[in-house]
Amino acid sequence: MILMAEVNWILYVVILAYLLVTLYLGYRGWKTTKDSEGYLVAGRKAHPYIMAMSYGATFISTSAIVGFGGTAGLFGMGLLWLTFFNIFVGIFIAFVVYGKRARKMGHNLKAMTFPELLGRRFDSRFIQWASGLVIFLGMPLYASVVLIGAARFMETTLSIDFDLALFIYSVIIAGYVIWGGLRAVMYTDAMQGTIMFVGMLLLLIMTYSHLGGIIPAHQALTNMAHMVPSSLAAQGHLGWTAMPAWGSPWSWTMISTIVLGVGIGALAMPQMAVRFMTVRSNRELNRGVLIGGIFILMMTGVAFAVGALSNVFFLQNQGNISINIAQGNADSIIPLYINAATPDWFVYLFMLTLLAAAMSTSSSQFHTQGSAIGRDVYETLTGKKGSQSVFITRIGIIVAVIVAVILGYILPDNIIARGTAIFFGLCASAFLPMYTLGLYWKGTTKAGAIAGLLTGTLVTVFWYLFIHKAEAVPLGVAKMLLGRDLLIEQMPWPVVDPILVALPMALIVTLVVSLITRKPEEEHLKGCFKGIR
Amino acid sequence: MLGIDDPWIWGVYLLCVLSAILCVVYGIIYWNREGELEAIEIKETSAWEESAEEMQEKELGL
Repeated sequence: MILMAEVNWILYVVILAYLLVTLYLGYRGWKTTKDSEGYLVAGRKAHPYIMAMSYGATFISTSAIVGFGGTAGLFGMGLLWLTFFNIFVGIFIAFVVYGKRARKMGHNLKAMTFPELLGRRFDSRFIQWASGLVIFLGMPLYASVVLIGAARFMETTLSIDFDLALFIYSVIIAGYVIWGGLRAVMYTDAMQGTIMFVGMLLLLIMTYSHLGGIIPAHQALTNMAHMVPSSLAAQGHLGWTAMPAWGSPWSWTMISTIVLGVGIGALAMPQMAVRFMTVRSNRELNRGVLIGGIFILMMTGVAFAVGALSNVFFLQNQGNISINIAQGNADSIIPLYINAATPDWFVYLFMLTLLAAAMSTSSSQFHTQGSAIGRDVYETLTGKKGSQSVFITRIGIIVAVIVAVILGYILPDNIIARGTAIFFGLCASAFLPMYTLGLYWKGTTKAGAIAGLLTGTLVTVFWYLFIHKAEAVPLGVAKMLLGRDLLIEQMPWPVVDPILVALPMALIVTLVVSLITRKPEEEHLKGCFKGIR
Repeated sequence: MLGIDDPWIWGVYLLCVLSAILCVVYGIIYWNREGELEAIEIKETSAWEESAEEMQEKELGL
């Protein structure tokens, strides 16, 4: 660990230089952002490298690296299933199957936000403002855990006050998002993505070479299976290079919440889907697939492999497994590992990597929340456009930042991965059925889309309050209303993630209601699907 | 395989690399495709730019 007094001037110079470049890019974006289109979809002329790196850097945050990397330290390499989903679903399917149509339809409908795309596709103001509201209310949790991830690393590395780090960091992000809009966010994202790539590549090389190569490192981890604490073994943990016992609580959490919840949820993330509408043609998306695929492998692939392998390092050097070294808080595993296992210069570089990862995601989150409240809720409900809605958007961003910081002080340990999974799962259940059907099935009706949105959202909320143990027990709503912790105590329900129930239900409801309600006007569909083959 | 006994784990380790390779191959094959804009899209783009300028005037008085 580096003590504050020992932190040399190089760190300050590096961070200062980084912040200056960030501010410069933010300023460049601000200078060229003159209207709401520039502010919301970057003028629709983003370069493929900028777009893909921005998508990737928004996708991957401190949540993925610190939170899920730490979760891999606890669960083991089974988390690589999430990496596979991240690449195959989050990049390949997202760009090729969803991105191209979303781009074209977004242009046809002149949509500037994700809720606006959905709202205009179904000719429904309700869909736009209700989706905006789901985003504005649901995203603070995700925004907050990203801030926590960055602040945890600073706390461990610099031994500085967690609260102070959180505060300074939030002020910087708020500044450039408020003044620059999406164009500024995308420029800085691309630079930050590049820094992240270099940092993670070096971390991979260092970890494997430190542990004697790829196969010896994995073998050492395999040989540690007998060291799984008995409390975890009882829940189905079979070692760090083995899947959990099928049907055990551990396997439900890993597969339903972490792999499926986050893996599928990425498709319907508003801050990522809006990026498809920023490019000029499908060619940019084709190129983006190449850049995005490598980028994500290097991010979550490395974070999860290294997170799991940290157990070998800590056993060899400190005689204990990672989660014990981290005193039970998985969120601290990656910061502790980096500080213990890598040279000082790398710790600085990695801090920059994480700062970049957090800033790129946070800025997009705040930007999305701001546009959700300004454009989707305020403009749709009042019908007032122009400078007033840009003003409300900026106010929305400030509110979003304040709420995220307050949550950052309140939320408990071990929250980063879970908080992320909750928001990803919510977006998947609420938006994915109407987004998918809206892009591919002309028979989807306005009533069907609304019914699906309400089903997905309400079932998810209900499940968290009454069924899913990890949230229902601490929230205490079931206890208050029913007099007991959970509505259903019978296994496996308390560990089944809402996405497994809410998403299929929402999909079925959207389909069934669409089949029995009035078809949309042919003229309207023509406008939506113009140029889509 | 790779020092890992469970086929579900070494399998997914390889699957991650393969899916990234899929993205690379797709990107290379389609690198230059679908870039051409149809006449209608060019018209749309210019209409867009006009409306953007209009919006700019209205919103910011520039």
